[in-house]
Amino acid sequence: MATHIDAAGVHYTPLNQQVRTAVAAGETEIVLDHVLGQRFIADGLVGEVTITVNGVPGGDLGMFMRGPTVVVHGNAEHAPGNTMEAGTIVIHGSAGDAVAHSMRGGKVFVRDDIGYRGGIHMKAYHEKRPYLVVGGDARSFLGEHMAGGTILLLRLNATGSFAERGLASGIHGGEVFIRGEVDDRCLAVGAVRMPFEEEDRARIRPLVEEYCRYFGADVGAILAGEYTRIGPESTRPFAGKYTWE
Amino acid sequence: MTIGSVPLRYKVTIDPERCMECGRCIENCPYGTFRKEGDRIIVAVSRNCTACHRCIAMCPRDAISVVERPVDYRSHPLWTPEAREAIYNQARTGKIILAGMGNALPLPSIFDRLLLDACQVTNPSIDPLREPMELRTYLGKKPSKLAFRRTETGDVELETKIAPNLMIETPIMIGHMSYGAISLNAQLALARAVHETGTFMGTGEGGMHPDLHPYQDRLIVQVASGRFGVDIDYLNRGAAIEIKIGQGAKPGIGGHLPGEKVGPDVSRTRMIPEGSDAISPAPHHDIYSIEDLAQLVRSLKEATGWRKPVFVKIAAVHNVAAIAAGIARSGADAVVVDGFRGGTGAAPKVFRDHVGIPIEAAISAVDQKLRDQGVRNEVSVIASGGLRNAADVTKAIALGADAVYIGTAALVAMGCRVCGTCYRGLCPWGIATQRPDLVARLDPVLEGEHVANLIHAWTMEISELMGAAGINAIESLRGNRDRLRGYMLDEGLLQVLDVRTVGA
Ligand code: SF4
Ligand code: SF4
Repeated sequence: MATHIDAAGVHYTPLNQQVRTAVAAGETEIVLDHVLGQRFIADGLVGEVTITVNGVPGGDLGMFMRGPTVVVHGNAEHAPGNTMEAGTIVIHGSAGDAVAHSMRGGKVFVRDDIGYRGGIHMKAYHEKRPYLVVGGDARSFLGEHMAGGTILLLRLNATGSFAERGLASGIHGGEVFIRGEVDDRCLAVGAVRMPFEEEDRARIRPLVEEYCRYFGADVGAILAGEYTRIGPESTRPFAGKYTWE
Repeated sequence: MTIGSVPLRYKVTIDPERCMECGRCIENCPYGTFRKEGDRIIVAVSRNCTACHRCIAMCPRDAISVVERPVDYRSHPLWTPEAREAIYNQARTGKIILAGMGNALPLPSIFDRLLLDACQVTNPSIDPLREPMELRTYLGKKPSKLAFRRTETGDVELETKIAPNLMIETPIMIGHMSYGAISLNAQLALARAVHETGTFMGTGEGGMHPDLHPYQDRLIVQVASGRFGVDIDYLNRGAAIEIKIGQGAKPGIGGHLPGEKVGPDVSRTRMIPEGSDAISPAPHHDIYSIEDLAQLVRSLKEATGWRKPVFVKIAAVHNVAAIAAGIARSGADAVVVDGFRGGTGAAPKVFRDHVGIPIEAAISAVDQKLRDQGVRNEVSVIASGGLRNAADVTKAIALGADAVYIGTAALVAMGCRVCGTCYRGLCPWGIATQRPDLVARLDPVLEGEHVANLIHAWTMEISELMGAAGINAIESLRGNRDRLRGYMLDEGLLQVLDVRTVGA
């Protein structure tokens, strides 16, 4: 039996306290009803628990989180998955700017669109790899300063090629996959096209499958398309910029 | 024209009369200045010298001397040798000049033109030996008023909830120098020193090495734009959390630790792959407004159960007072203001020397603005950036700071000669390096004692200065500009500092 918490009119701190108390007591299923703009849900939360958020959570959903699964039935605000370490966030809707900002591990799935600066400064370390999968579209500065991990942008309802500027500027690790074409002028400093081979398609398959499992779409149709793969020109983008005094 | 060879920066000589050919200078110089030739030790490449003085400190015979700029240029007040050499360098390379330590321009120090007061005859001075001097400081929010309640048994209870504060026994803390920028032994020495002296130090943006865990109660953990090493355990370990927005040595730009310095241990602590550049973007990309800053402050508090003060560090820039007033409303517990003389391992020279304003003016302006707006109690103010001695600390407090961070001074206590070559990663004193043989030169126990000695000595001097001024609690010194006088400062600056001229 899941623990239900009515979030109507509750400030984020007592709301998170109720969540923490339930997790500490061993609860593995928590449902938050009537969520309306409460920030920091599951902020710094550690554990194996599934939190269902019914409503629209506020900013920094799952920030610093390690382990939990958060499923949002609604849109999310600014920076879900910010500096997150492990776990999964599934958003049945769209999300705001800076989604998965500085994320270090775990997965974020967004059914529809995300705002600016998606996946900015994501980074990987050993077995920790972050994944951001977006079904719809993304705005400028996607994957900027990216240091590791994977961004997969499916653009399921888009027509025409991806044309948002500042794509992966300063990227020095990780990779960005975009379904379909990408305008040359989008590629920012440090970002280069990489070949998209069958093995790359095999690598993104599990992500597409997981996306389709959450949101119900056709794996075969999505995977069949052409993809643009973008990676770093160098892992040392600043190596040649300076001279000693 | 060949612009490849400019005159020697330093000329090193060995006095053959004194040298006993022990070879210590060769072993100690990581730059390869000395060489053995036959049975003699010679200065092979003077040009390699950085004036770190390691050889001089190690030579048993006082045989070595170093002279700066042995070759004169035609003198010119505008076209200094530095100006000319920077041009030769950039004409050759076409690159940005990278420099170390703080601002190297010969700009006058405001601290040196502020003089402290002392009592004479009336209102006698206090003898710190006889009277207790209260230096203990609490950093964090103070309630604007207190509410009490009488219990059924007739006792009085405090109703107001007090925000968490850091208690320090001296107003001197050690600022943020990351593992990566400095060595683990250097961090361990600093950690031992703050443990010993009842104060705190910053981790910098480099995570916390496990060897520092025993000292975690004395560490302020930093969250900067790269979020290196930041996870929930790191946040929970720190005594306080500091969001670094800017740094006095290079306001407005990010930082970057070159891949060469990201070895296995630094990689683990920062949580990034070995050998890759660690790039901190210029802004935090989740902070584009004061509301976003408030969101990060609250997120950090929420993640750590509202048990820790959160500081926000900014570089002292033109509008520092207004920015600090915004920070005071963001939920932050302290604002750290880092002046334009702040040190650094590496910064573009053009930023180090030209961007930002002096800490003296910045602290005064910040304190004044916060008081004018009635929010001074909402945040503590921490001053940093080029504080050289107890007098500077005392003056910073009289200008409105609650406490200070020292950085370079603590490194100097461990042997640093301010050679300004930290960016080479070969610090011969084992401070700004990750090379194991160089790191091993720094003994954390001994250098920890040296740093603790320095903090003790300055703390005693501050009590003496306070006693001489008839002040027995640091609270009465804070923002007490009446105990300062400006010497040869212009009217405009006197106004900003809110200090009267000498004689007035
Ligand atoms: S350390 Fe001094 S005495 Fe020893 S070789 Fe060098 S110059 Fe000579
Ligand atoms: S830390 Fe080392 S390299 Fe840096 S200025 Fe001091 S002595 Fe020189």
